[in-house]
Amino acid sequence: MEILMIVTSGVIIAVGVYLLMTRSILRVVFGIVMLAHGAHLLILTLSGLQQGAPPLLTEEAASYADPLPQAVILTAIVISFGITAFLLVLSYRTYKVHQTDDLEELRGNADE
Amino acid sequence: MNNIVLLPVLIPFIAGTLLILFRHYPRLQRISSGIVVFLLLFSAAFLLYLVYQEGIQTIALGNWPAPFGIVLVADLFSVLMVVLSSIVGVACLFFAYQTLSPEREKYFFYPFYFFLLTGVNGSFLTGDLFNLFVFFEVMLISSFILIVMGGTKYQLRESYKYVVINMFASILFLVALALIYGLTGTLNMAHIAVQVAELEQAGVLNTAAMLLLVVFGMKGALFPLYFWLPKSYYGPPAAIAALFGGLLTKVGIYAIIRTFTLIFVHDTGFTHTVILALAGFTMFFGVLGAVSQFDFKRILSYHIISQVGYMVMGLGLFTPLALAGAIYYIAHHIIVKSALFLFAGATQKITGTTDLKKMSGLLKTHPVLAWTFFITAISLAGIPPLSGFFSKFPLILSGIEQASYAIVIVALIVGLLTLFSMMKIFIYVFWGTPSLKKSDYEHIKMKPLLLPIMPLVALTIILGFAAEPIFSFSEVVADQIIDPSIYIDAVLEE
Repeated sequence: MEILMIVTSGVIIAVGVYLLMTRSILRVVFGIVMLAHGAHLLILTLSGLQQGAPPLLTEEAASYADPLPQAVILTAIVISFGITAFLLVLSYRTYKVHQTDDLEELRGNADE
Repeated sequence: MNNIVLLPVLIPFIAGTLLILFRHYPRLQRISSGIVVFLLLFSAAFLLYLVYQEGIQTIALGNWPAPFGIVLVADLFSVLMVVLSSIVGVACLFFAYQTLSPEREKYFFYPFYFFLLTGVNGSFLTGDLFNLFVFFEVMLISSFILIVMGGTKYQLRESYKYVVINMFASILFLVALALIYGLTGTLNMAHIAVQVAELEQAGVLNTAAMLLLVVFGMKGALFPLYFWLPKSYYGPPAAIAALFGGLLTKVGIYAIIRTFTLIFVHDTGFTHTVILALAGFTMFFGVLGAVSQFDFKRILSYHIISQVGYMVMGLGLFTPLALAGAIYYIAHHIIVKSALFLFAGATQKITGTTDLKKMSGLLKTHPVLAWTFFITAISLAGIPPLSGFFSKFPLILSGIEQASYAIVIVALIVGLLTLFSMMKIFIYVFWGTPSLKKSDYEHIKMKPLLLPIMPLVALTIILGFAAEPIFSFSEVVADQIIDPSIYIDAVLEE
C-alpha cells in the first residue's frame, strides 16, 4: 500500500512540476494545486499508513491510528485552499491588466 | 509557563481583526494602530527583560504538555528578533502615515500590516515546526496582499511570481515536515532535536536538513534562490518595502539559524560547510547586482541579498564568536536596511522618482536628509565608529581564526563593493547642481517625513558607539543558542 501511495504522489507531483513549467498563467496555478495535493499525500504516507482503527477513541482504546498527520493535512489543505483562491483572483487581474496569459510576455525588461 | 510570551502574537492579531471593521474611518485607524504598535513594542521589550532576568520562558498552548501540544518558546534570540521587528513596525507605520495614499488605507492596509507582524512574531516565538509553517503562511498571505496592493501593471506582474515562488517553497516545507515526522515521530523542535541526536544525523536526515535549508533559503533569499527578491520589492511603496526589506528575509534566516543550531548540529562537516559556501556566493552575487543597478530601491534590494550572506556566514563558521557576530549583524541590518528604504521613500516623495540618473543636488536643498542618509549608508558599508563595522569585525575575525580564508576575502571584497554602491547613490542623488525648482518641493514638509527615520538612525549610531555592551549581549545570546541542551531542557522538562 505504501508503495502505491508513494508512486501516486510521485505522479501527482510530476504532473504539478510539468504544469509549473508551462507558459500559461492558469496552468501554473493548477500546477501549484497539484503539487500541494502531492505533498499532502506524502505526509499521510511518510507518517506510516495505519489501518484498522479510527484516530480518536477513549483513553482505554486498545489501538488507534495516529491523529497528528490528519490534523496537519487538514490545516495544510485549508491554507492551500485560501492561497489558491487568492492566486486565482491575482491571475485574473494580471490577465485583465496585461491582456495576456503568456508568462513569456510577462517577463519584464532586462534592465528592470 | 508564562502568558506574556503570547502577547507579541496576540496584540497585533486582535488589533488587525478589529481594524477590519473600521476601514471607512482612516483617522480612527491611524490613532488606534499607532497605540497598538507601541503596546507591541513595550510588551516585546518587557518580554526581553523577563527572559534576560529569568531565563527561557515557554507556554504550552491549551495546556497540552510539551512534546504533544504546541509550545511557544521565548529564548533570548527569538525575543531579540521580536523586539527588532516591533521597532521596525513602529518606524514603518509612522512613515506610512505620511506617504500612503488614502485608497490603500481604505483597502485594509492596517489590518494586513498587523497580520504580517503577527506572522513574523509567531514565527520567531514558536517551538513547533508545523506551527512555524502556519505562521509562515500567515506572514506570507499578508505579504502577498501588501505587495500587490495598488494593483499597478508592474506590481501585478511581479507579485504573481512572488506568490508562485513562495507557494512552491511552502509545499517543499510540507514535504520536509513529512520526512521529519516520518523519521522522528514528532514536530516539537526540542523533541526533534533529541530524536535526531539519538538517530545520529546521517543519510535521510541530512536530506531533510537540506530540504529545510532550500525552503528557508528561498524565503531568506540565499544564493541560487534570490532572483525573485529585487523585482518584487521594487513594486510596493516605500513603507511596505522597508518592512519587507527589514523583516521578511530575516524570518527565513532566523529559521535557518534556529534549525541548524538546535536540530541539525551533529554533522557540521557537511551541513555547515554547505551553508558557508552558500553564504559566500550569496554575498558576492548580491553585491554584484547592487553595483550594476542605477535605481535607489533596486540597489537596496540587492544589498539585502548580499547582507543575508553575512548572517549565514556567521552560522556557517559555527563558533560562539561568529554566531554573536551574526546576531549583532542581524540587529544592525534590520535597523539600517529599514531606514535606508525609508530614505528611498523620502527622496521619492521629493523628486518623484527612484532613478538615480534623474536626481541630483539634494544636498543643497535638503541637507538634513542628505547627512542622515550619509550616516546610515556608511554604517551599512561598515565604516568604523558605526554599527556596520562592529558587526562585520567579529565575523571576519572568527573566519580568520577558523582558517576559512576564502570566505574572509569574499566578505572583505563585498564590503568594499557595498561602500562603492552606497557612495554611488550619494553622488548621484545628493551631489551636483539641484535639478528641482523650489516650487516643486516646497509644499512637502520634511519634518514628519524624517521623524520616523530618526530613531532608526539614532539606533545605528548607538549600536556603534555602545558596541561593547551590545556585543557582550550578543555573546550571551550566542552562548545560549550554540548549546541546544539549554533550549531542550527549558521546553521538555517543566
